[in-house]
Amino acid sequence: MSPLSVYIHVPFCAVRCGYCDFNTYTATELGGGGSQAEYAANAMREMDLTLASDRAAGYDYERVSTVFFGGGTPTLLPADDLVAMLEHLRTLIPLADDAEITTEANPDSVTRASLSRLAAGGITRVSFGMQSAVPSVLATLDRTHDPEKVPQAVAWARDAGLDVSLDLIYGTPGETIEDVEISVKSALACGVDHMSAYSLIIEGNTAMARQLRRGELEAPDPDDMADKYELVDDLATADGLSWYEVSNWARTPAQRSRHNLAYWRGTDWWGIGPGAHRHRDGLRAWNVKHPSRYARMLGLGEMPVADSEQVAAEDRLVERIMLELRIADGLAAEVIPVERRPMLAVHRDRGHLDPVALDAGRAVLTRSGRLLADAVIRDLVP
Amino acid sequence: MPVSPRIAVDEARDILPASTPQERLRNFCIIAHIDHGKSTLADRMLQITGIVEERAMRAQYLDRMDIERERGITVKSQAVRMPWQVDGVNFALNMIDTPGHVDFTYEVSRSLAACEGAILLVDAAQGIEAQTLANLYLAMEHDLTIIPVLNKIDLPGAEPEKYAAEIGQLVGVDPDDVLRVSGKTGVGVSELLDHVVETLPAPHGEVDAPCRAMIFDSVYDTYRGVVTYIRVFDGSLKSRDRIDMMSTGAHHELLEIGVSSPEPHPTPGIGPGEVGYLITGVKDVRQSKVGDTITTSIRGAQEALEGYSEPKPMVYSGLFPIDGSDYPVLRDALDKLKLNDASLIYEPETSTALGFGFRVGFLGLLHLEIVRERLEREFNLELISTAPSVVYQVMMEDGTEVEVMNPSDFPVGKVDSITEPITKATILVPSEFIGAVMELCQSKRGSLGGMDYLSEDRVELRYTLPLAEIVFDFFDQLKSKTRGYASLDYDVSGSQVADLVKVDMLLQSEPVDAFSAIVHRDKAYNYGVEMAGKLKKLIPRQQFEVPIQAAIGARIIARENIRAMRKDVLSKCYGGDISRKRKLLEKQKEGKKRMKNIGSVEVPQEAFIAALSSDEGDMPKDAKKK
Repeated sequence: MSPLSVYIHVPFCAVRCGYCDFNTYTATELGGGGSQAEYAANAMREMDLTLASDRAAGYDYERVSTVFFGGGTPTLLPADDLVAMLEHLRTLIPLADDAEITTEANPDSVTRASLSRLAAGGITRVSFGMQSAVPSVLATLDRTHDPEKVPQAVAWARDAGLDVSLDLIYGTPGETIEDVEISVKSALACGVDHMSAYSLIIEGNTAMARQLRRGELEAPDPDDMADKYELVDDLATADGLSWYEVSNWARTPAQRSRHNLAYWRGTDWWGIGPGAHRHRDGLRAWNVKHPSRYARMLGLGEMPVADSEQVAAEDRLVERIMLELRIADGLAAEVIPVERRPMLAVHRDRGHLDPVALDAGRAVLTRSGRLLADAVIRDLVP
Repeated sequence: MPVSPRIAVDEARDILPASTPQERLRNFCIIAHIDHGKSTLADRMLQITGIVEERAMRAQYLDRMDIERERGITVKSQAVRMPWQVDGVNFALNMIDTPGHVDFTYEVSRSLAACEGAILLVDAAQGIEAQTLANLYLAMEHDLTIIPVLNKIDLPGAEPEKYAAEIGQLVGVDPDDVLRVSGKTGVGVSELLDHVVETLPAPHGEVDAPCRAMIFDSVYDTYRGVVTYIRVFDGSLKSRDRIDMMSTGAHHELLEIGVSSPEPHPTPGIGPGEVGYLITGVKDVRQSKVGDTITTSIRGAQEALEGYSEPKPMVYSGLFPIDGSDYPVLRDALDKLKLNDASLIYEPETSTALGFGFRVGFLGLLHLEIVRERLEREFNLELISTAPSVVYQVMMEDGTEVEVMNPSDFPVGKVDSITEPITKATILVPSEFIGAVMELCQSKRGSLGGMDYLSEDRVELRYTLPLAEIVFDFFDQLKSKTRGYASLDYDVSGSQVADLVKVDMLLQSEPVDAFSAIVHRDKAYNYGVEMAGKLKKLIPRQQFEVPIQAAIGARIIARENIRAMRKDVLSKCYGGDISRKRKLLEKQKEGKKRMKNIGSVEVPQEAFIAALSSDEGDMPKDAKKK
């Protein structure tokens, strides 16, 4: 029996940010039993059905090793709701003693009390959507929090005994390289042991994409993005963090996000909540997106699945290369198809793969290789 | 519409094919610029002479190919026999439709050679154009009797007085003797036909001599094989004769012989001075060559008629299917077009940039454009063509001589001299643009041969210009510098030694064959800079820096750099992103497969196509009728 990770998607936000294309809703009242107040009960019903469906298919899990409340803004729900969902999960499958239980949070959606309550209820880790420390950048991103609040929220969380991670976004239109420096430095000044930094991707169906098309915002420049990534990496490294995935840094291996590593290593996970994805031994399934529809299906005793796919063996190999190459441990060279292996030396010579690691039989990206990870992956997959 | 007596076919016993006396025959063609109304006038003649009934009439009856009808140009000529009565005497008129474009000068000259006279048809609102003038001179060289006619006199903008004076002077007649017609309304058309009978000489071949008939056109028909149009000069052909092609000595059986009026009518034969068609069952127009002389196998003529020559391509271009899997379709399509186009030649060509295609030889730019358009339209192909190139003779220092039709075949080694084809070009232009045209011609290495005023404000400029300059972008520039008023005609007239060099475009030191060009040394730098800039814009950044260089031999004359791509990574990849990301990856891999590799540089074919396409538009635009 293998360990299980559980992702719980909370599709509610106070405000919809202009760059966001996630499945999230700002209304508190959604019809058909899909509103925030009914969310925890729905999620728990889905856990029951998922467990039954896994068992029917012959899959059973001894322990839950990680749980991740993502969103949306999970902390928009009362802390008791999150704790209740966790408690319910525990009744279905025991949590490992060292289970990593993370929730995402907005700096302005927590209080000292709510964080204590979460910690007391079993949450071990909180990941704050800090995004930037520069007010003008936050405004472009439609983020409502006051940057001053971040250090305070981090301090409260640490006082409560939680591990803390901060999420940053770089490459927002109008953001200077100095802005990035300020943001990274103030994140690190909070004394966090984990940091994620994502380049802003403007998806086609977002408000920001429309602003871009109207010429109200300037399109991100890939060279500028590269400069900013390198700056983030320099500052994080100087502070004693090291990268363990293209967009993630941790102070020690123990402080890496085990939940995310589970995704990248292809283990099984549940996806609970509207629009959530799950993976079970090559079977990927994803839920219907709208909370009302989600609630209605659960009310009928149905799994709220929109669709699924069985990933073919060759595609599983593609996924494995695609995901494992992005992590610092890299990928065993023998996983790469024989006819693609000559490209390893080519990318080593171009400075994209670490020569020492390659001699030891592993494909590990260098820093310039991380920035070109997709190009390297395209050359290595079957 | 003026009424002239129409003759029912069964009433015209004295002008039956194969038994019409030569004095009752008149053979003529119409020389006109593309949109000056030749086809409309021809339509009106068909109607007035009654050989096409009103209800069967369709616009431009004689133009058979869609593409001809659409563009209002005639590529393949045809002949129509029309009855006409003057003063109670029946005559048979043969109208031979001539191609109207410079690319087909040889075909024009053979059509002219089949006639005793020509109608010079000029738009009364526009005056004569350069190509018409060139064909007029050609007709005069053939000693044809010229009937000058102004068309479109019904147009509000018509200036018949002005243009009558102009063409009167050219042809050497009093302006009052220039006829005025409207093909559209029919005004003056009957009078014109009367005039044809009255002023054109009748043919005067030797009736009893061995047969000599000249092929002035040959057309492939899917159902009937090759239909050959002929003008009999001496003797006659009978439907049971066996015939010889005098250039090759090949024998053929006659399956059918007849006249067109305008639908084909089989006849017992074709007599001296007459025009008609014959069918032998051959399947390829190359076996029935324009200009060749036909005689009877028994008691045949010893000497062929003068003026035959093999068609010689002047312009070469690579044609490549945009979708590489269309290559066999392109090959079959060219094979089919060849059946109907004796001047089309091609051989397979492989390009690193564009894949598999053909190097195709054309008579000129219009020919290129027509062939390309037919391939695309009739065979549903999407094609890219490389910049047209002329044929160079390269003399090496070791004394060997190499013919170069493709810049990428340019020989390596020490070159002694390069010879390029030159043209005699005629440009007609309003006098206010003389300076602009002279400046342009000078920049295109032209030398002025002479200048004449056709009228107070129109000038004929004669230049010697390298053909390579004309096929590059001369016509576009000429039109833009003269606000569209200039007209151009050119004819390849010889060759000259010139200081030419081959410029290669290199991507990371690898030559990109499709962009090599042979240019004058003075222009090599400009070409290199321009092309390098264009490629820099079109080729996506790679994982490494890519130099783009223009080189003459080993010497680099221009350089641009495509900076290395620094970021190609999706920063987020969590649980829900995995499927999407894998599918994106598959898509990108598919895209990668369509890339062309120049060394290790991956270039989307679209980039090459865009780089070649932006050079397009160097075809004479007046070949298109809007």
